[in-house]
Amino acid sequence: MSGETHETHGAVHRHEPPTSFIRKYIFSLDHKVIGIQYIILALVAVLVGMTMSVLMRMNLSWPGTNWPILGTLFPGGAPDGMMTPEFYLSLVTMHGTIMVFFVLTTAPQGGFGNYFLPIQIGAEDMAFPVLNMLSFWVTFVGFVVILAAIFFSGAESTVGPIGGWTGYAPLSALPNSGPGQGMGMNLWIISIAIFCVGSLLGALNFITTLLNMRAPGMSLMRMPLTCWAWFTTAVLALLSFPVLLGGGVLLLLDRTAGTSFFIPGGLYIGGELSGASANFPIHTGGSPILWQHLFWFFGHPEVYIAILPGMGATSHILSTFARKPVFGYRAMVFAIFAIGLLGFFVWGHHMFISGMSPYSAMTFSILTLSIGVPSAVKTFNWLGTLWGARIRFTTPMLFAIGFVSLFVAGGITGLVLGQSSLDLPMHDTYFVTAHFHLVMGVASIFGMFAATYFWFPKMFGRMMSERLGRIHFWITFVGVYCIFVPMHTMGIVGMPRRFAQFTEYEFLATLHPLVVFVSIAAIATVFAQILFYFNLVWSIFKGEKSGANPWEATTLEWITPSPPPHDNFAGVIPTVYRGPYEFAVPGAPNDFIMQTEPEPGTVPATEGAGNGHNGHRH
Amino acid sequence: MGRALAVIIWLLTVGSVGLFFVKKWWFPTAISEHAPALDSQFLLTIIVVGLSFTAAQVGLGWMVWKYRDRGQSDRAMYTHGSNRLEVVWTIVTAVIFIGLAVMGQSVWASLRFNEAPAGAFKVEVVAQQFQWNFHYAGTDGVLGRTHPTLIDDSALNFIGIDEADPSAKDDAVHSVIAIPAGRPVELTLRSKDVIHNFWVPQLRFKQDLVPGMAIRVHFTANTPGKYELACAELCGQLHFKMRSFMLVLPTDEHTALMGLPQDQFQTRMTELLAKYKLPTAY
Repeated sequence: MSGETHETHGAVHRHEPPTSFIRKYIFSLDHKVIGIQYIILALVAVLVGMTMSVLMRMNLSWPGTNWPILGTLFPGGAPDGMMTPEFYLSLVTMHGTIMVFFVLTTAPQGGFGNYFLPIQIGAEDMAFPVLNMLSFWVTFVGFVVILAAIFFSGAESTVGPIGGWTGYAPLSALPNSGPGQGMGMNLWIISIAIFCVGSLLGALNFITTLLNMRAPGMSLMRMPLTCWAWFTTAVLALLSFPVLLGGGVLLLLDRTAGTSFFIPGGLYIGGELSGASANFPIHTGGSPILWQHLFWFFGHPEVYIAILPGMGATSHILSTFARKPVFGYRAMVFAIFAIGLLGFFVWGHHMFISGMSPYSAMTFSILTLSIGVPSAVKTFNWLGTLWGARIRFTTPMLFAIGFVSLFVAGGITGLVLGQSSLDLPMHDTYFVTAHFHLVMGVASIFGMFAATYFWFPKMFGRMMSERLGRIHFWITFVGVYCIFVPMHTMGIVGMPRRFAQFTEYEFLATLHPLVVFVSIAAIATVFAQILFYFNLVWSIFKGEKSGANPWEATTLEWITPSPPPHDNFAGVIPTVYRGPYEFAVPGAPNDFIMQTEPEPGTVPATEGAGNGHNGHRH
Repeated sequence: MGRALAVIIWLLTVGSVGLFFVKKWWFPTAISEHAPALDSQFLLTIIVVGLSFTAAQVGLGWMVWKYRDRGQSDRAMYTHGSNRLEVVWTIVTAVIFIGLAVMGQSVWASLRFNEAPAGAFKVEVVAQQFQWNFHYAGTDGVLGRTHPTLIDDSALNFIGIDEADPSAKDDAVHSVIAIPAGRPVELTLRSKDVIHNFWVPQLRFKQDLVPGMAIRVHFTANTPGKYELACAELCGQLHFKMRSFMLVLPTDEHTALMGLPQDQFQTRMTELLAKYKLPTAY
């Protein structure tokens, strides 16, 4: 491993950090630096995604309004300050793509997972540090390409393709199907394909690290639930991203090489039959539904990729501030696995009305509602963790409790959408938008807010401002309920998603007050996030100094200084003697016992239940 | 802090449940035969959803209120869980959730596991970017042959009707769907370009129109009237404007309409569209 110097002092074997700026901060091999890089990427991407959602809400609530600033910024997309329908749809597409891939997949897994999985299992780094660096930089290139789609969409009036983040063929497969579907769509596919590669590299690394590099005594059932969540997420990513990658390559071939994987014959678009001119080459025999199968085979596990790390962080943080062991640790592990496993057998619930076999819809429907069972088990166990607790209401705890509330609020409506018959009225309405935003978007992000406030002291050696954090929590928590609960009723009325305006339909007129209410709540909530960004930056420089263990927590990340040294434990691999959440143990001197504290009278373990002393690589 | 959080959680719960409970914004009045069963399944499901949501939030608020750290000298309860509880709540939720899923199958099965009943009124639907085309069989009751190579939007042959086919002579194509009340209707759904979706909220019915496929679906609409028809699958730039109407006509009025020659058919459709009004209350 170049760029590292090795010093040996007896048994202590230290890995010193590289000294050059580029190797230390840019092309770093340190999982902690890479984790922070992922988090910064997500923090930038989420700004783009949120800005787009504000523009969308403006367009929906106040249609036909002249926004002079938009006319200046987007002369094509908002001529005279009025947004065009294709501009709106490109915002829909890019908001979804950027949020799902570059925020919800990067921060929870690539960010916090990278930083804390090795430390929590007592490893000095990831198994493959170079692969880890590559996975970040590949993801970064993917982000640059998706940004390029904004500027080189191929249509003046858009900021990217207009087919939604699901990219249904043949809308996505035919460059002549609409503005933005030319170069913008190519760049979109390329970006997603690059992202898939980056995620795969990351997933391999997570799985190997967790299985091979646990410290002595760190048996699987002594791992924090965060590690179980990151591990399961990595397995999901490993199995689902290749399918999307394959689908993306086929789609790109359909667009550029004249193949017909997703394009049937005899299409007629814009006054032209397929094959009539060079602009519209002949296609025959493809299946649009095939794309949906490939996409959702990835897409549904992706939902769990986004939220499982949030579940892990929530369990971890609830236990810490409840000052109580996690209730039903074993059940929580099984529930994570059950969710991950079932997550692969339910993709068809996105396709009840797609024209696929009605019999398979029945199977998918029953399997989908089965996923509610492990999800409910997790909720019961979170409540069990709080039962009889001594809750300390720190900001991370507020967000973790908020996660539980929002996970229930968002997840429970899956009981409606998972039934094929109820999907007949509900499919592609705002009920769906509300459901997945609450559970996959907002709940996941609450998990990440909790994680940020919780681990910030470890990452930067300083505390974040509790006062700002609380204000941030109150506004955001109330705000997201105000945004997404009314969207359910819009869906019940029948309001379709992805409409650039609701002015064309009489039956939607009654919803206008709700639409405006949601927009105001959304804009207020977005602005409240300034508090979070300010808190982050301010606390890095001015926050109160934290010790190694400011929260009196028990897991391995808290035995090492804040921030941890380059090799995490200063050359001494810790030995683990007990489970991760030993709070309030009767008779113990403190109300928490570190995982590294030996049981009185026990002999220190020499061989781990894991593969033992694998922390040193050369 | 714990009490404030509990109160906020409870208020949000009351507000959320209340928004559903007052039903100010709710389904439009249903007009199809399968809708009552679907609506009652929805009601049952939303009640289970509402109860679970309320129970979880009230429970969460209660924990947060009751078990806040008040500087007590004793520690939290030391427990790692209860296998019995895990088994109980796993079984209870499994029975409720999977039970709901099984119950939800009956409406689905009635619509999708059977062919349309004999004597169903047949319409071919051919969607294209931002326009609906409904192909009526005319007096002979036989849909004329169509072919993509014959499509010519500029000549208003939107669906490529083959004029050489005798059974196509009396066919009519219109942007509005007119169906008989109280009689099963079978739609054959096709698309010329990208995926569209046939969506009439009052029907409680939605189905994609997929290029390359001819998807047959059936339903029965009972209440005569004029209803808005929307495309519910993102189909491109003017997706939000891909609107038309569904006319549900009394049987005799419908039979008379279908017996008209092409030119009179168009005129009569215009009259009927003016005669029927959209529902005023939703």
